[in-house]
Amino acid sequence: MSSIPDNPAEPQTQESYDELPDAPPRRRIRFSWSGKLGIGIVAFWLVIVVIGPSIAPYDEADILDEALFVVPGSDNPYPDTDFQPPSRIVLLGTDYLGRDTLSRILWGARVSIGISLAATLIAYLVGITLGIAAAVGGGKLDSGLSRVNDAFLSIPSIMLALVVIAAVGSTIPLLIVLTGLIYATSVFRIARSLGLDVTVSDFVEAARVRGEGLWWIITREILPNVAMPMATDFGLRFVYVILFISSLSFLGLGVQPPTSDWGSMVRENLAGLSYGSIAPLVPALAIATLTIAINMVVDDVSAHAGGRLAKRML
Amino acid sequence: MLINALLKRTGIGIATLLVVSILIFIGTSVLPGDVAQIILGQMATPDSLAALREKLGLDQPGYIRYFLWLGDLLTGDLGYSKAGAGAGTIGTPISEMLAPRLVNTLRLSGTVALIAVPLSVSLGLVAAMYPGTRLDRTVTFATLSLISLPEFLVATFLVLILAVHLNWLPATAYMSGDESGLQLIRALAMPTLTLVIVASSQIIRMTRAAVLNVMSSPYIEMAILKGVPRSRIILRHALFNAIGPIVNVVALNLAYLVSGIVVVETIFAYPGLAKLMVEGVQTRDLPFVQACAMIFCATYVALIFIADMASILSNPRLRHPK
Repeated sequence: MSSIPDNPAEPQTQESYDELPDAPPRRRIRFSWSGKLGIGIVAFWLVIVVIGPSIAPYDEADILDEALFVVPGSDNPYPDTDFQPPSRIVLLGTDYLGRDTLSRILWGARVSIGISLAATLIAYLVGITLGIAAAVGGGKLDSGLSRVNDAFLSIPSIMLALVVIAAVGSTIPLLIVLTGLIYATSVFRIARSLGLDVTVSDFVEAARVRGEGLWWIITREILPNVAMPMATDFGLRFVYVILFISSLSFLGLGVQPPTSDWGSMVRENLAGLSYGSIAPLVPALAIATLTIAINMVVDDVSAHAGGRLAKRML
Repeated sequence: MLINALLKRTGIGIATLLVVSILIFIGTSVLPGDVAQIILGQMATPDSLAALREKLGLDQPGYIRYFLWLGDLLTGDLGYSKAGAGAGTIGTPISEMLAPRLVNTLRLSGTVALIAVPLSVSLGLVAAMYPGTRLDRTVTFATLSLISLPEFLVATFLVLILAVHLNWLPATAYMSGDESGLQLIRALAMPTLTLVIVASSQIIRMTRAAVLNVMSSPYIEMAILKGVPRSRIILRHALFNAIGPIVNVVALNLAYLVSGIVVVETIFAYPGLAKLMVEGVQTRDLPFVQACAMIFCATYVALIFIADMASILSNPRLRHPK
């Protein structure tokens, strides 16, 4: 007991209040059970994105050999290989060409999630840069950028995509850039309005009066204050992008065969529904679990950020 | 003042349409390859290309082509599709291809609007009337989970349940054109149901939010203190002040249906305009895609215009733009 100093709190308080802290104290997010479940599911799919193709039993384009499906004791050497139910050889059954559904889901995770993530990142890079520039720059820059943005927002995103794909054809890089630019319009709107809120606040005014440069104000005052709402919005935007790209693939205008992608897998195997095949349902469930899980995580994060976000995003 | 605000909105609407037409024109025309090349395909020789370009006016500079195209569009001449184009011919007139398909699409979207709007507005009202009850929580939870599902997943699950397991409805909406009565209803049922589900969830949520928002105002508190029954407060006091936001939401969601219809017509093989457009994109039939995109975008802009009007008419504060 004697080793404890008489007044342990004294020196620390002295030190920590000499200078103002650089950053506000971090508050930890409390996740509800649905948030934790959501994190688990999202983490599971992210792991699949990384290791999926290496644990897949077959290649995504492999049309399985008939010999695999020969029933022992049967005299039919050429059994059907398409729309097979799950068995020990193919854990989730086969698709309309006799390819392994499980392998295609594992390969497809990388394509579906990878493309959507890349597109969302582009949307954010472009949207935030221009949005903050409009908010800080104001005047002609702001009104110019806003008018252009309004014009793009007045076209339904799927129409914009259809017109461009009709003109250029569909490749994966085009898909990423096109979707990124389409969704940059809504990121721009949110980044601009959040940026405007922060730009007129007292602490930015104080920084200006202190004589801080524009770059310092943007990186040290504005960005940290819009980071949390933007992070929540990133989750929602990512869901929209996943749904958008899988809808395009579903229409046959997104990812082209034989590359597997969850949206096109639903489409290709739709006919199997009437034979009771689960081939179209597995990719459908993959999309649904991923998007619903992200929504559950976003709900918790936005509740943590005060719940005002949800209103702003509508 | 009201007239001024409305005129201003109308001006913005027309300007938006012009900008949209420019964007669509740029999206399809500035890129490499042109209609003449697409029409002639492998039969293209430098001579025939030049001849067809002259015939279609493609040898003019870009801005002149834009005004020619816009002029044609406004006078109802939508140009020629690539379909049916052979050696020496320039294909089918687009307006002939559009007309029957447009009727089908209007029939589908009209049915959806007729069912979805009353259904979801009244469900939203009921949820707002009894907030926090089991009924309200069921509606809120169901709509929340439906919002994160795309149209094609809703459609897939509906086919699985209604067509495959229960065998009540056909999985595709094939129509030959001379159906009547019951057959037509059966063909329309699945696409309509899918779109109603997709459109309703958002309208229900926003109706509930709009009514609950009005419920927190002082005059409603006054009514509650006077002892007016809750259902009467909602229907006589709150609803009328929430009507602006509700009409706004309904119009916006009908506008979002434009993209829903593209997916739903394709999945059920419904012979509508959107399905034809997707096929046009696949075969890269540019003039046809341009014409379809203009029709869909004009509908979209018009619905958003209606949504704006509704908010201006119902909220006098918006009549004086800052």
